Amino acid sequence: MLRYTLRRLLGAIPTLFLVIVLAFLLVHAAPGGPFDDERALPAEIEANIAAAYHLDEPLPMQFLRYIGGVVRGNFGPSYSYRDYTVSELIGRSFPVSVQLGALAMLLATVVGVSAGIVAALKNNSPLDKVVMAFAMTGISVPVFVVAPLLVLLFAVKLQWLPASWTGSEGGSRLLLPVLALALPQIAYVARLTRASLIEVLSSDFIRTARAQGLGTLAIVRYHALKPAMLPVLSYMGPAVAAVLTGSVVVEEIFGIPGLGQLFVRASLNRDYTLVLGVVIFYAALIVLLNLLVDLLYGAVDPRIRRR
Amino acid sequence: MSLLDVTGLSIRYGGTEVVSGFSLSVDSGESVGLVGESGSGKTQTALAIMGLLPGEAAVGGSIDFDGTQIVGAAEKQLDALRAERIGMVFQDPMQALNPYVPIGKQLRRVLLQHGLSDGREADQRVMHMLGRVGLPDPARQFRSYAHQLSGGMRQRVMIASALIAEPDLLIADEPTTALDVTVQAQILDLLERIREDTALLLITHDLGIIAGHCERLVVIGNGRLIEEGPTRSLFSAPRMEYTRRLIAAAPRLDGATAPLPETGDILLEAEQVSVSYEEREGRQQLHAVQDLDLQLRAGETVAVVGESGSGKSSFVRAVLGLIPMRAGRVTFCGHELAGPVKARATEMRRDLQLVFQDPVGSLNPQLRVERIIAEPLSVHAPDLDAAARSERVATALQRVGLDEDLLRRFPHQLSGGQAQRVAIARALIVNPRVLVCDEAVAALDSSVRQQILSLLQREQRATGLAVVFISHDLAVVRSISHRVLVLYLGRLVELADVAQIFGHPRHPYTRALLDAVPVPDPLAPGGRLSIRGEVPSIVSPPPGCAFHPRCRYAIERCRVEAPIARPVDGTRVACHRAEELEL
Amino acid sequence: MSVVARIGSHLRTSKTVMVSGGTLCAIALIAIVAPWISPNEYLAADFSSILRAPTMSAGHIFGTDDLGRDLFVRTMMGVRVTFVVAIVASVVSLVIGVLYGATAGFVGGRVDGVMMRLVDTLYATPFIFFVILLLVVFERNFLLIFVAIGAINWLDMARIVRGQTLSLREREFVQAAQLIGVSTPRIIFRHIAPNLVGIVIVYVTLTIPQAILIESFLSFLGLGVQEPQTSLGKLVNDGTKQMEGASWILLIPATLLAAILLCFNFLGDGMRDLLDSRRSQ
Repeated sequence: MLRYTLRRLLGAIPTLFLVIVLAFLLVHAAPGGPFDDERALPAEIEANIAAAYHLDEPLPMQFLRYIGGVVRGNFGPSYSYRDYTVSELIGRSFPVSVQLGALAMLLATVVGVSAGIVAALKNNSPLDKVVMAFAMTGISVPVFVVAPLLVLLFAVKLQWLPASWTGSEGGSRLLLPVLALALPQIAYVARLTRASLIEVLSSDFIRTARAQGLGTLAIVRYHALKPAMLPVLSYMGPAVAAVLTGSVVVEEIFGIPGLGQLFVRASLNRDYTLVLGVVIFYAALIVLLNLLVDLLYGAVDPRIRRR
Repeated sequence: MSLLDVTGLSIRYGGTEVVSGFSLSVDSGESVGLVGESGSGKTQTALAIMGLLPGEAAVGGSIDFDGTQIVGAAEKQLDALRAERIGMVFQDPMQALNPYVPIGKQLRRVLLQHGLSDGREADQRVMHMLGRVGLPDPARQFRSYAHQLSGGMRQRVMIASALIAEPDLLIADEPTTALDVTVQAQILDLLERIREDTALLLITHDLGIIAGHCERLVVIGNGRLIEEGPTRSLFSAPRMEYTRRLIAAAPRLDGATAPLPETGDILLEAEQVSVSYEEREGRQQLHAVQDLDLQLRAGETVAVVGESGSGKSSFVRAVLGLIPMRAGRVTFCGHELAGPVKARATEMRRDLQLVFQDPVGSLNPQLRVERIIAEPLSVHAPDLDAAARSERVATALQRVGLDEDLLRRFPHQLSGGQAQRVAIARALIVNPRVLVCDEAVAALDSSVRQQILSLLQREQRATGLAVVFISHDLAVVRSISHRVLVLYLGRLVELADVAQIFGHPRHPYTRALLDAVPVPDPLAPGGRLSIRGEVPSIVSPPPGCAFHPRCRYAIERCRVEAPIARPVDGTRVACHRAEELEL
Repeated sequence: MSVVARIGSHLRTSKTVMVSGGTLCAIALIAIVAPWISPNEYLAADFSSILRAPTMSAGHIFGTDDLGRDLFVRTMMGVRVTFVVAIVASVVSLVIGVLYGATAGFVGGRVDGVMMRLVDTLYATPFIFFVILLLVVFERNFLLIFVAIGAINWLDMARIVRGQTLSLREREFVQAAQLIGVSTPRIIFRHIAPNLVGIVIVYVTLTIPQAILIESFLSFLGLGVQEPQTSLGKLVNDGTKQMEGASWILLIPATLLAAILLCFNFLGDGMRDLLDSRRSQ
């Protein structure tokens, strides 16, 4: 197991390297620079700025310098937030996003799995049909549609909850964004759980368990749940990626000062170092979480553990 | 008053009735065989007794178990009966055991759920039971997963789980069909020994199994009761035509065989063929076939017999050029066949054809029967016009005994036997000289099996076709083979004329294979257990003679030195003690 | 009867497929025809009728936006863009995915190993952020969006086609064809390709809503299609800014977008069920 972990960790390095190279090249292939807007700068000052940001060096040198920094957690200075480094900006906004994302994932897993199990056990009943209709709607309605609709309903029409982050405190301001983020994932997880549990319940070893007189609850608990959860577990990687993507929109809509908002602002401002830093940070996060999911999977499935 | 009384049972799915008016009874302690061909409704009946039929099945009639009515009973009531009163063993132990839960925990759950035992005591009982069914080191196996056990061990675990709550009735549904022949006998023997006073309902398509192990017999056909009676009288004087056909079709080791066709010149010759696979990204070599020879004459049938891992399929596929050989040489009519079949010239790809085990899988699901059979013509006789082509297709169809109205069907609309005939027609339409049949009748009912075998013999007589017939079952090949090649873990064990193999086997493994064949005769001694254990993994074959760990005649030399095949009494045998043993 | 025709006749047996497919056709038809027929111009601002709620009588059945533009025509133009982006992106991912997957699956061995290793690596990269990066760095244009979305979606297709090809290649009917002497190109076109058609159609159908989702996501962030063009994502974005006073500007495109995605998902699901049921026969 330890060797497997180490091997997978080493395997993640080329992926991350590829991400950094691609992102770096993309940014440096940009036709315009970040300071193009501020016209009429004397050539001298432009040269100074270029020197300060090492823009005058050849590209390979810039890359080596950059990657050297990244390894030490230094993504360089931000172009648009002049007084901050990229790392500081990420460090400031990330905790907000983590709070949001973690709560959404938790909600998605708990509600999604429970709904999926109920639907699977009542397969083809009216209850199942209702749950699945909700789930189908959930996966079809994008976050950026759900979020404004939630605001319209709960904040504008009913006025139960605050519409934006600033100007409110505590848990109530988290509720709508977390719900908006979690809804599509609840739907995915519910569909996945249901499909997977139905399939497991139709396998021969479940028939054996029934022949042993175990009863539905014991069968689900001792025989079916673990194998049925494997596809759900492997979906957790993509789910995290989807929540991260969704948080870009949700933070924008609710005005939450998280990583997503930072990313969108940086994109619109053409703050290349910041965009580059956030992309690499996101990539590293997703790669690591995928790795974690894989390791968990290996721990749960006895047939993989053997290797 | 019987323990189990099934009366007027009917099972219906939508418009089709799969069981109609079937009746059956089992007394306490009695062993009853339920025998029928595939699709006869025997498994449906067993599931009905357990109350395990799917919701869409409409069940009528009565199933009375010791005073409890099972038809229409609530799930709770059934759960109390299952395991505690009725235990069940399923066909395929790999599928029937949960791969995600250690086997000990699966067994323990049965005891805990029925409140028969608690915590520590339950573990003790499980380990005791695992020991009784013959698992070595039960304390360790308790924590094993199903995939870590061999097929026979899994079925032992399955039996342990069915018997652990000490039921009054044990239902075993084809318990040995998925196992190697030498393991079959061990499992049947175990069932017989371990059940003690538990009544047994043994469901099978194999009359050989029933004959040795059941006191009474119930024959089911097309969902209806055909006849029933004590095993002996039913075998000696079957009243119904269906039963007579079943008995006649059962493969036997005795009885007369028709004379075999004359043989001609050598057609195909394989010398010193070896096949290896790379395991785990090339880090391990797996020797599937080692130094095998084969000579095949025109009009001759050579049977290649062995259990799982014997390399029989790899051997013929390498000879045909479907998989690469590591070493060896294959010649056909004096021409060397080298390289993969894909790379050979078209005219070289006519004379050797293959028929597969899974008839439906060997037919492209997207094409109609007509196009499937005609395809070889488009390669080897592209100049034929449409009329001549359909003429040839019609002739091929007649040769295999199929109706012309099947031509417009797709493969999934055919029965197993029909699909296999289509596959044979496709192979024969270009008039090949050699036909290789890879377990071609293993998936078919015994009556259909007989028809296919006689179809092959008819072709052989008419055209001098040479046949290589692969089988795991010696009894099947007896009536059609001139010579038999017995393999074990990729090596030659014995090669001899059919009379020699069945009359005077020279190798202990051949003897064991013969002994393992269940004899469809309740009066025959049969079912002699002359072999222990199971086929070891080909990944780590035993040193010396690969068979020595299972051989009762093994001596020190067998453990260290691999025997080389040599002529003894007109056969080729790979055994150090071939001359001295009287088998 | 060709494979496609056979699948077509098979699809007609599913109510889900018929209803969702029919709805999509209807929406597409309206989106194509309506802007022609409507008296209202797509770009024409009319400051005398700003933020009109939907009514039949005033001629603006979906109402107007803050510039007085007719929302019905705008929404239908958005649907057009959404459909075009989705279909082109799906075709891009179809072509790349099928070629890549089929090559890896059919060639097999080391080539397959390397090709799939690359796919695994790409899977672990957060593509959407790359697309955003791409759109930030380069001039935003329509073509780039297609390419970007197609480039994300081909991975699934490649994996599925590769797995299917690999298993088909090992199937016995392919071995039988080899022994008979059928040439390799003929085996590919006669025996392997027809058996891939069903699963490819299903996955293209499931790719389309994903492409729509990505396009509208980008447009919502202001990184997708640019004024004066519009798409459903962009219309939703416009609507969020007005939702406190004029909720229809949000609700109409949002509902339409959700309905289109729902139909595609139902269509794909239904077709997959049909394919599965045919397999298990």
